[in-house]
Amino acid sequence: MTESTNARSIRSLMKPKPMRPTVFWRLAEDIPKPLQTGLMITSIALPLLLWWAVTTFANIDPKFLPSPADVLHAFGRLWSTRELLKDTVASLWRVGVGFIFAAALSIPVGILMGSFPSIRALLEPIFGLMRYMPAPAFIPLLILYLGIGEEPKIMLIFIGVFFFNSLMVMDTVKFVPKDLIESTYILGGNRWETLTQVILPHVLPGIIDACRINLAAAWQLVIVSELIAATEGLGRRISVAGRFLRTDEIFVGLIVIGIIGLAFDLLFQYLLRVSCHWASQKR
Amino acid sequence: MFLEINNLNKQFQTKNGTLIVLKDINMLIAQGEFICAVGASGSGKSTLLRQIAGLDRPTSGEVMIDGKPITGPGPDRGMVFQHYTLYPWMSVQENAEFGLKLQGVPKKERREQASYYLNVVGLTQFAKALPKELSGGMKQRVAIARALASEPKVLLMDEPFGALDVHTKEAMHEFMLDLWRRTNITIFMITHDVEEAVFLSNRIYALGARPGTVRKEMLINLPNRSHTVKRHSTFHDYRDELMDLLRLHGQEAVALAA
Ligand SMILES: Nc1ncnc2c1ncn2[C@@H]1O[C@H](COP(=O)(O)OP(=O)(O)OP(=O)(O)O)[C@@H](O)[C@H]1O
Ligand SMILES: [Mg+2]
Repeated sequence: MTESTNARSIRSLMKPKPMRPTVFWRLAEDIPKPLQTGLMITSIALPLLLWWAVTTFANIDPKFLPSPADVLHAFGRLWSTRELLKDTVASLWRVGVGFIFAAALSIPVGILMGSFPSIRALLEPIFGLMRYMPAPAFIPLLILYLGIGEEPKIMLIFIGVFFFNSLMVMDTVKFVPKDLIESTYILGGNRWETLTQVILPHVLPGIIDACRINLAAAWQLVIVSELIAATEGLGRRISVAGRFLRTDEIFVGLIVIGIIGLAFDLLFQYLLRVSCHWASQKR
Repeated sequence: MFLEINNLNKQFQTKNGTLIVLKDINMLIAQGEFICAVGASGSGKSTLLRQIAGLDRPTSGEVMIDGKPITGPGPDRGMVFQHYTLYPWMSVQENAEFGLKLQGVPKKERREQASYYLNVVGLTQFAKALPKELSGGMKQRVAIARALASEPKVLLMDEPFGALDVHTKEAMHEFMLDLWRRTNITIFMITHDVEEAVFLSNRIYALGARPGTVRKEMLINLPNRSHTVKRHSTFHDYRDELMDLLRLHGQEAVALAA
């Protein structure tokens, strides 16, 4: 008898909480395709529209905020003189070299750190420390050691990517289920086979994702390095434009930087989808 | 004896002090036996199996197979884990072949062998599927096919059918018995399902908990091994005796935990 009164009293304390059906506020569920496409277009179109409206209807000095048309015009100008192409190629080249070096080293180092507690103990403290030193803070040192050519810029990207990427790759390795490694031993695999045929394929999606995130960092660093000392590059373009108050060219530089970064990201996402079909949540 | 466990003790150092998980375990298993170890959750069953598999070292005592002490894992012992351990990037076929691949079996032979065992567990039509496309029971059957493909001398199984529905479980039981009769394989299976143990094994070790000890060893002699035997009084006697053994232990565990 006490039990039932107990149950009733606890029920009376519960606040009713209706759950209304929704399309927009679905948690971790797919939304209808047209809605998704619509929202994605809005995401880009709305800021553009606002920008256009502000520059058209408010009387703003184009030196302060150029209109979309001004920026498009500046783009055409920089494109026709091939300056923009030269700058983009210069920045891409630096990022490419620095990032490939950093990735080529950090992926094996990260895998070793994740797989072998001995190597982790040896490297994790120093890497953890280095990671918290902002890479741009190394610029004066790099100029002192390596001059003002390409080397300090590539080195800057290397420093900015290597430590982060190693630690992120290490983490993906640590999450390989122990059961999976042990079943490999039971099936007759040795350590090397377990590393190459089980751990490596298991962490591949994690590695691709780590590289995707750190490429974004590399792309930012190259721009920062060019702001300070360079003869060409997208960062250089922006700093020169700033000095001569060519605001429209600053916008061109920023937009090109953003679009290239987004393209990198999409490329890596595509890579992940085609190479690691098994890792996607969907069946 | 084929598989010998001599005075095995296993303890873990935890932050609350030393935890004695297995105490004075002695088991003698002849070739071709089907042994079940039954015990409540937390009685150290998985821990015991890990010592036999060679994944872990006993604190003292030893495990011998064919007269040689076990020093590490090896393909003479196949194992089916309590949790699903398929390689998610490999197809069902590749999963089943993987042990043979690791042991250098040429492609054609390992394909045939794996296909044979996939057929045995009834998953031929899923050979190309990825593990994420399978149900839990199907995953476990792939794991069994994978373990069998290497033709191990001993098959170690850690509650392999715990997640299966009654009917799939029954089918798996038939399959295990059939396999056991046809081959000379020794099976050491862990379960907490008393009926499963009585139905499958020719001998049962009932384990007590905290610390895990062999409480009783029971020889099972059933008139036959069809599922109708489960209505037979001999079957009930074995089951009830085991249930009583484990129940006593359950109360003790509660008292000990308090
Ligand atoms: N590596 C470990 N470190 C510390 N304690 C452990 C370790 N492995 C197991 N234990 C402890 O040993 C005891 C037995 O664990 P085990 O997994 O062998 O139980 P089990 O009989 O398989 O239970 P279940 O039926 O739930 O699977 C538990 O109390 C567990 O906490
Ligand atoms: Mg267990």
